[in-house]
Amino acid sequence: MTITINHYLIVSLLLFGIGFFGVLVRRNVLTVLMSIELMLNAVNLNLVAFSRRLSDLTGQVFSVFVITIAAGEAAIGLALTISLFRQKRTLNVEEADTMRG
Amino acid sequence: MAEGALLTGTSGVLFTIFAVLALAMAVAVVVAKNPVHSALYLLVSFLLVACIFILQQAEFVGAVQILVYAGGIMVLFLFVVMLVNPRTAATKTFQHQWDVALLLFPVFLIPFAYILWTEKLPDVPVNAAALVTVRGKLAGNTEAVSWVLFRDYLVPFEVASIFLLVAMIGAVVLGKRSLEKMD
Repeated sequence: MTITINHYLIVSLLLFGIGFFGVLVRRNVLTVLMSIELMLNAVNLNLVAFSRRLSDLTGQVFSVFVITIAAGEAAIGLALTISLFRQKRTLNVEEADTMRG
Repeated sequence: MAEGALLTGTSGVLFTIFAVLALAMAVAVVVAKNPVHSALYLLVSFLLVACIFILQQAEFVGAVQILVYAGGIMVLFLFVVMLVNPRTAATKTFQHQWDVALLLFPVFLIPFAYILWTEKLPDVPVNAAALVTVRGKLAGNTEAVSWVLFRDYLVPFEVASIFLLVAMIGAVVLGKRSLEKMD
């Protein structure tokens, strides 16, 4: 079974799409954050696949940076989640509407 | 190895298995009602993606994926699930945005499909040895990655460290302020 870059791109697209769906349709803040992590992971998959396809290590270096950003984003996002929970007693994104957004 | 093929034979079959399982776990993350279940499915999905990385000889990224995602971020998620009361979770799992999601998905899919079928990549042969050599000598993938990281991307590396410092201070300040509000 031969795997080319297109297979990687399709897997990555589906993973990104699932994460995108999760961000749009879920109400729970925690699940929305997890969906964002899925999207970042899909991007990593692409970067590493192209790194191998083009025989260039830059893609792998950038995927390490993406993982760094994901870690920071998770830390801030979860701190905001705790802050929201302490103030509103809820995890529902639709109830955090003080600014009527 | 055929021109442009990244994985052949058994590795290809393994890639297919890992990819299908990872996608199934990702779907489970989005549809699971309980955030704890979501977090555990997400953990399995990360581990499967790490397997894919290791399969294509990106061992360093695979190890970092396991250490940072599975070891760090997932523990953080589970701590927060533990801190907030799961009984207050929304009774309805999904919000009413299916229409928006279903509208945006084709908008997002069509350009991708167009690029996938029309774009021709530069037809360079896959040279797996380039990913594990440093200055013509055979080294590990970790050494090769670190060579590129510290030689070509030193400034972004330092910026990333400052970013992590800012994120850490921000998380501490946000958590502390909400504690003070409680008293």
